[in-house]
Amino acid sequence: MRYAMAVDTKKCVGCSDCVVACQTENKVPIGYCRDWVVEVTDGTYPQLEIEIRSERCNHCDNSPCVRCCPTGASHYAEGGIVLVTPEKCIGCGACIASCPYDARYPHPDGYVDKCTFCLENRVKKGLDPACVSVCPTKCMYFGDLDDPNSPVSIVLKKRKWKTLIPEAGTMPQLYFLI
Amino acid sequence: MKEELIVSGRMNHLIDPYLQIWHWHIPLYLFLGGLAAGILFFAALNTILGREEKYPVSVKITPFITPILLIAGLLALFLDLNHKLYFWRLYTVIRLQSPMSWGAWTLMIVTPLAFIWCALNIKEIYPKWNWKYKFLIDLESFFRKNKTVIAWLLVIYSLILGVYTGILFSAFNARPLWNTSILGPLFLTSGLSTAAAVIVLMSKKHLERHYFARIDLMLIGIELFLIIHMFMGFLASTQVHIEAANLFLGGPYTTPFWLFVVALGLVIPAILEILELRGFKMPVWIAPVLVLFGGLMFRFIIANAGQASRWLY
Repeated sequence: MRYAMAVDTKKCVGCSDCVVACQTENKVPIGYCRDWVVEVTDGTYPQLEIEIRSERCNHCDNSPCVRCCPTGASHYAEGGIVLVTPEKCIGCGACIASCPYDARYPHPDGYVDKCTFCLENRVKKGLDPACVSVCPTKCMYFGDLDDPNSPVSIVLKKRKWKTLIPEAGTMPQLYFLI
Repeated sequence: MKEELIVSGRMNHLIDPYLQIWHWHIPLYLFLGGLAAGILFFAALNTILGREEKYPVSVKITPFITPILLIAGLLALFLDLNHKLYFWRLYTVIRLQSPMSWGAWTLMIVTPLAFIWCALNIKEIYPKWNWKYKFLIDLESFFRKNKTVIAWLLVIYSLILGVYTGILFSAFNARPLWNTSILGPLFLTSGLSTAAAVIVLMSKKHLERHYFARIDLMLIGIELFLIIHMFMGFLASTQVHIEAANLFLGGPYTTPFWLFVVALGLVIPAILEILELRGFKMPVWIAPVLVLFGGLMFRFIIANAGQASRWLY
């Protein structure tokens, strides 16, 4: 099993519903977020191109955060999802410094927090992560890459895609359809 | 001309616009740890080489400040933690892939060794010292019998501690400025150099002062060589590494780095030490104090600049 997510940059309108849905579902403290929207404008007027991406933890196959965690609080859970065990986390910040996507933040309670793909609260119940299920343009796909019939496997077969800074060697599992 | 504008809707204030996860604690600890490692290294090495009488301050006196340095460093590390009450989790596992894990374990070994070394030399400072209890006297004679073993352990573990202060940074490929394996040897050399400076400051013996001034001079030379190599490596690497080097080559860290670290911390003390060895009269404390200042600034600048360097996507 290998959980992954694909975000369609052609369909995303940058409404930030995914951000609010995540903050509500996961009780993210005010002033922080586990996912966020990036708009990249390219070119010179009038030849402009815009790409909108809903970004979050890439749940990398080769996660620097898991590697550098001194206590094993950061770990691979079911389907390769990268999770933090708050009771093991000492809040040293090594994982935050090690993430090239800056996907982690120090929770005001002391431990480090990040996107969980809603593993415990939604995915294990057969639901999609909060961000995917709330998207008004249906631009996000979630599922098991080992299952050829999962929405994410199907869309990755049909469309051109990219990952973010693959040259960092992290083997990210968040795909962007382009 | 092609332009690119990135707008992010993120609001994690400790992450954007640049990382601010490590403040003064980590660079201060790296300075104290490197200094303690250097002092213990010289003490143990001169013991193994049988130079205890020739260089007595480096073997018997300067190690007394290392427990203070190490405990102050550990305290800084503790204050840096966000989830402080769970700090003991560090000592429930050994994770070899995580420099912070084996660094924490190394400290757990070096700190007691530093205390033992002080206990063995306490009569140098308090000639009337008495261990009073029999088990303490037995323990002391046990350690004294195995002094060479302890010295060898200290040589090995102080080198690991010194290298670790740099590897802690170089293990993060997310921060291109830190992601160079030269940081390990560079921090070790800098730690040894600050230790030599402390010995020069504390020693009253002409022979010993000159010996460690010469060692310091050599270490400063190695440091300059490694710094030049670091920039050569960056400039010959990928775009993000070139941008990391440019933080020091025209970017916001240019003046602090070249003025405080290279000029005041390395070049000027080197010139002063050369002049002094040639027989010019000048206050002995200036060069070592500058070396210590440069070492401290070096760690603060690398810690801050590293958090400002990142991959672009």
